Amino acid sequence: MNNENVYRQIYANPRFQELVAKRGRFAWLLSAVMLGAYLAFILLIAFEPQILGVPLSADTVTTWGIPVGVGVIFMAFILTGVYVQRANGEFDRINQEILNEAQK
Amino acid sequence: MILRFLMTALLLAVSPALLADAITGEVEKQATNYTAIIMFVVFIVFTMGITKWAAKRNTSTADYYTAGGSITGFQNGLAIAGDFMSAASFLGISALVYTSGYDGLIYSIGFLVGWPIILFLMAERLRNLGKFTFSDVASYRLGQTQIRLLSAFGSLIVVAFYLIAQMVGAGKLIQLLFGLDYYVAVVLVGVLMVMYVLFGGMLATTWVQIIKAVLLLSGASFMAIMVMKSVGFDFGSLFAEAVKIHEKGAQIMSPGGLVSDPISAISLGLALMFGTAGLPHILMRFFTVSDAKEARKSVFYATGFIGYFYILTFIIGFGAILLVSTNPDFKDVTGAIVGGTNMVAIHLASAVGGNLFLGFISAVAFATILAVVAGLTLAGASAVSHDLYACVIKQGKAREEDEMRVTKLTTLTLGVVAILLGIIFEKQNIAFMVGLAFSIAASCNFPVLFLSMYWKGLSTRGALFGGSLGLFTALLLTIISPTVWVDVFGFAEAIFPYKYPALFSMAAAFAGIWFFSVTDKSKRAGEERERFFAQFVRSQTGLGATGAVAH
Repeated sequence: MNNENVYRQIYANPRFQELVAKRGRFAWLLSAVMLGAYLAFILLIAFEPQILGVPLSADTVTTWGIPVGVGVIFMAFILTGVYVQRANGEFDRINQEILNEAQK
Repeated sequence: MILRFLMTALLLAVSPALLADAITGEVEKQATNYTAIIMFVVFIVFTMGITKWAAKRNTSTADYYTAGGSITGFQNGLAIAGDFMSAASFLGISALVYTSGYDGLIYSIGFLVGWPIILFLMAERLRNLGKFTFSDVASYRLGQTQIRLLSAFGSLIVVAFYLIAQMVGAGKLIQLLFGLDYYVAVVLVGVLMVMYVLFGGMLATTWVQIIKAVLLLSGASFMAIMVMKSVGFDFGSLFAEAVKIHEKGAQIMSPGGLVSDPISAISLGLALMFGTAGLPHILMRFFTVSDAKEARKSVFYATGFIGYFYILTFIIGFGAILLVSTNPDFKDVTGAIVGGTNMVAIHLASAVGGNLFLGFISAVAFATILAVVAGLTLAGASAVSHDLYACVIKQGKAREEDEMRVTKLTTLTLGVVAILLGIIFEKQNIAFMVGLAFSIAASCNFPVLFLSMYWKGLSTRGALFGGSLGLFTALLLTIISPTVWVDVFGFAEAIFPYKYPALFSMAAAFAGIWFFSVTDKSKRAGEERERFFAQFVRSQTGLGATGAVAH
């Protein structure tokens, strides 16, 4: 199996470099969004816990904390969905093209 | 300012019993619950049938360790969620919501946010590089003997502590739910887990986990629906009723005081998030799917199921405030909850579904423990047979039959050891063990694994020294921390003041790996850096990755 040469060839392919850069940027961006949201949530609890304790309206005991907390859970799910959608679609398509090119 | 932030940051330093992921403290043996036992027997018979089916399909090591890569992303997502939804997290988080309301939600969010990060930064690279264990990835371009020894050692320690906590927790929980004797319960769990793993390998272990996840999610959904039905499917009135009844009143609707000390809280947050990415039985699941596409999908589904589960436990906790705290049947003479607050979800099951549903939920709790310990045993057995025997002792030239024999022997040994440890530790304080397992996973397995995929400069020497440094720092700091030094050994004051070591031990591991790598000018280190690009291309494209085995 002469994978070594194929690996070198792929590594030298500008499309591979472009894919890696694009996918890497996207992954780190989403990581930053997720961690940022979590950090913001924690900061809010740390500095202004009373904000999350404010009722949604005058006639309810439901506080802002509920939609915000549940929102973070949904966000985790949606962000993974967004990543999988693009990685399994666009990125894998480019990846397959690079592989086909290399193995010709 | 900073201190204030630290004080509340991460909010994860809650009661040790919850963090321990185990049922701790004294429990009272309950009257024998025959409905629960019958339902559990049905579960056993059914899953043993699956094990028999799986055993027929297990013909190679690839079948045995990774189910031949035949698990789909959806199935694997359920199995991963199953590994995460332990009996203790179901009972513990609903109990936390019951006592503190909103804090329970904050706590469960801390568990969830690690998963998207694992997907974005690790899942596909892991799948593309690995074969059976995460050591395959860590040692990909480094010295096989050293790195496999290190990661097998790291895996076994993590598995051992996690297993002890689960065994002891299982014994106590079963005593409580079924009215069985502690020893009977521990031996039963040990024997059953060995049967699943020994005969059914990863295929059976995964299906047991999937079935249990479906049962647990259905049971919890039913409870949440019944709770919502009692308030006319209106969250507003659910919360309003709870606030009226709860002794803390409106406080349960906003963040409360969940923190002991700030450094411990941050340390624990790190251990939870990155420890998950270093747990051998979780990492192994990424090799059971056919390719990176399915690996990504599995994290997507897992995140969805885990998130859904946490929302259910939140509703269940509030439901318990309404339906359990107001019902004298669930309280003893002093007015405390029968069996402790960890039992509120179980009592709620009885309140909304009667004795039959109570039996069902108890059986599911038992099944949950079984599924988790089976996964742990398989991870431990593969560390011994694949990493230590086949790759280190036999230098990758082991015959497949011999490797299988070693696996089966190790599984049996692990079963016996687990039963013995479960009995030895019955009366011991084991609250620190799961925390320690996560800390070691975050300080030894994770840094080596992560840097082997991301950092070209990593050398064998750096990984070995830095990883060991992280492992021993985590171990040492835990021993001299309040959780062991004071709570277990009984000294008056701890040498190390914080409860969880991950903040320090992870820093030690990363610094150690960096230092011993950059100062490594040996010829071999140069060659290892040379090999990085091939690993990089494979990790990105999946070219050369082990595929699914055709059946």
